[in-house]
Amino acid sequence: MKQYKKVLLAIATALFMSAPAFAETLRIGTEGAYPPFNLIDSSGEVVGFDLDIAHALCEEMKVDCTVVTSDWDGIIPALNNNKFDFLVASMSITDERKQAVDFTNPYYTNKLQFVAPKKSDFKTDEASLKGKTIGAQRATIAGQWLEDNMADVIEIRLYDTQENAYLDMNSGRIDGVLADNFVQYEWLQSEAGSNFEFKGEPVFDNDQIGIAVRKDDPLRERLNTALQAIIDNGSYENINAKYFPFSIY
Amino acid sequence: MILAEKWELIERFLPQLWDGTLVTLQLVGLAVLIGLFVAIPLGLARASRHWYIRALPYSYIFFFRGTPLLLQLFLVYYGISQFQAVRDSFLWPYLREPFWCALITMTMHTAAYIAEILRGAIQAVPPGEVEAARALGMSKRQALQHIILPRAIRIGLPAYGNEVILMLKASAVVYTVTMMDIMGVIRTINSRTYEYELFFMVAGVMYLIITLVFTQLFRLVERWLKVDASRQSR
Repeated sequence: MKQYKKVLLAIATALFMSAPAFAETLRIGTEGAYPPFNLIDSSGEVVGFDLDIAHALCEEMKVDCTVVTSDWDGIIPALNNNKFDFLVASMSITDERKQAVDFTNPYYTNKLQFVAPKKSDFKTDEASLKGKTIGAQRATIAGQWLEDNMADVIEIRLYDTQENAYLDMNSGRIDGVLADNFVQYEWLQSEAGSNFEFKGEPVFDNDQIGIAVRKDDPLRERLNTALQAIIDNGSYENINAKYFPFSIY
Repeated sequence: MILAEKWELIERFLPQLWDGTLVTLQLVGLAVLIGLFVAIPLGLARASRHWYIRALPYSYIFFFRGTPLLLQLFLVYYGISQFQAVRDSFLWPYLREPFWCALITMTMHTAAYIAEILRGAIQAVPPGEVEAARALGMSKRQALQHIILPRAIRIGLPAYGNEVILMLKASAVVYTVTMMDIMGVIRTINSRTYEYELFFMVAGVMYLIITLVFTQLFRLVERWLKVDASRQSR
C-alpha cells in the first residue's frame, strides 16, 4: 500500500515538474463550413484563409495550437464557455457582438454583394428588388442587413449554412443570394456556381472582420501584436495571394 | 432591475414569437389532421389478414418510422428539388415553398405512426364484439363502420394524443428549411441578441404551454367519447 502511494506521488511529481516543459497550447475556434475561409478538407482537416492566418499567429506567438469547430449560430457561446480560446471564423465586428466578446484589430475587410443567375435580369436597386425572394445565412451580416434594410421590400429566407442557400438558388426557390463577396467569389469559381454572377455594386462595404476572444482576455493584445508582425513581415500577403488575386486587408 | 430588462427584451420580440407560434401550430395541426385521414386506410390495410394487403403499408411504415424526420425533410426539400423533372412538373409551385415541403414531410411521417396506433387499436377490439356484430347480421363493412372503428378510435385516442405532442416537439426541425416556426424565430432572435439562455428558455416555455393546451383538449375529447367507461366495461 505504501509502495503504491509512493509510486503515485512520483508520477504526480514527474507530471508537475514536466508541465512547464510543454509549450503553451491554445485552441483555435472556427466553423469549418465557410469556404474559402474555413472548411473541412477531404482528409477531415480544417483548412482555409482563417486557419492559415490563425496558424501564422500561433507561430508568431510561439505557441502550439489545436483546432476546434463549432456550429455558427452557437459559436459565441462556445467561446464564452471555454470550448476554445480565440475565434478565427471570418466574424464581422459588430456592436451587438462586442457586448458578448472582445475583438482584435480587423484582419480583413468584407463587402456584401448579390449573386443571381446569369440569365436573370436582376438589378439591386430597391424598386427592382421588390417582391423578390432573397436568401442569406442566418446570424450573418448579410442576413441582418436584409432584415434591417429590405424586410418590407423582399421575402427573406434564412439558411443555417451558406451551401443550403446556394442549393436553393440553384433549384430556383430563391432569386438571389446576398453574402460576403469573397464567399460568393469562391462559389462562382466552382462548377455549381458557373451559371451565376455578381449583380450590381456591393451594397455594404464597411464590414470589418476580427478575431474574437473572451471579454477582458489579455490574449487579445498578444494577437494584435502578432497580427501586426505577420503583416509587416509579409506572411499575411503570402496567405492572401494563396486565395485571392486582390488584397483583402 | 435585470429581470425587467429581460422582460423588455422578450416584449420587443413578442410579435415575432407570436408569428412563430402560429406557424408551428398550423404545421402540427394540419399534419396530425391530414395524417389521421392518410393513416386510416394504411392502418386498416396493415391489420389485414392477407400478406399482400399488409405489405405496402408495412414498407411505408417501416421507412417513415425507421428514418429521422430531419432526414425525410432534407430528402423532400433539398433532395427532390435537385431534379429538373421535378422543377418542371406541376408540383413545383408547391414543392418550391418550404411550408408545403414541411407539411408534406410531417404528414407522411406522422401518418406512419398513427397507422401503427390504429392497427394496434383495431387488433385490440375484443373479438367477441366483432362476432356479436356479425351474429346480428351486420356485413363486414357495417361491422367495421359501426363497431370496430368506433371502438378502435376510443382505444387508440390516448396514443394519438401522445403522437400529437410528439409531432409538436418534432416540428422544431423545420427551421432548417427556412421556416420561421418557434425555433426559427428563436434562432434568428438569438443571432441578434446573443441572449441564448433567455430565449431558449422562452422557447421551452412556449412549447410547454402548447403541450399543456393539447393535453387538456385531449382530456376533454376523451371524456366526451367516454374513453374511460369503454375501458372499464371490458
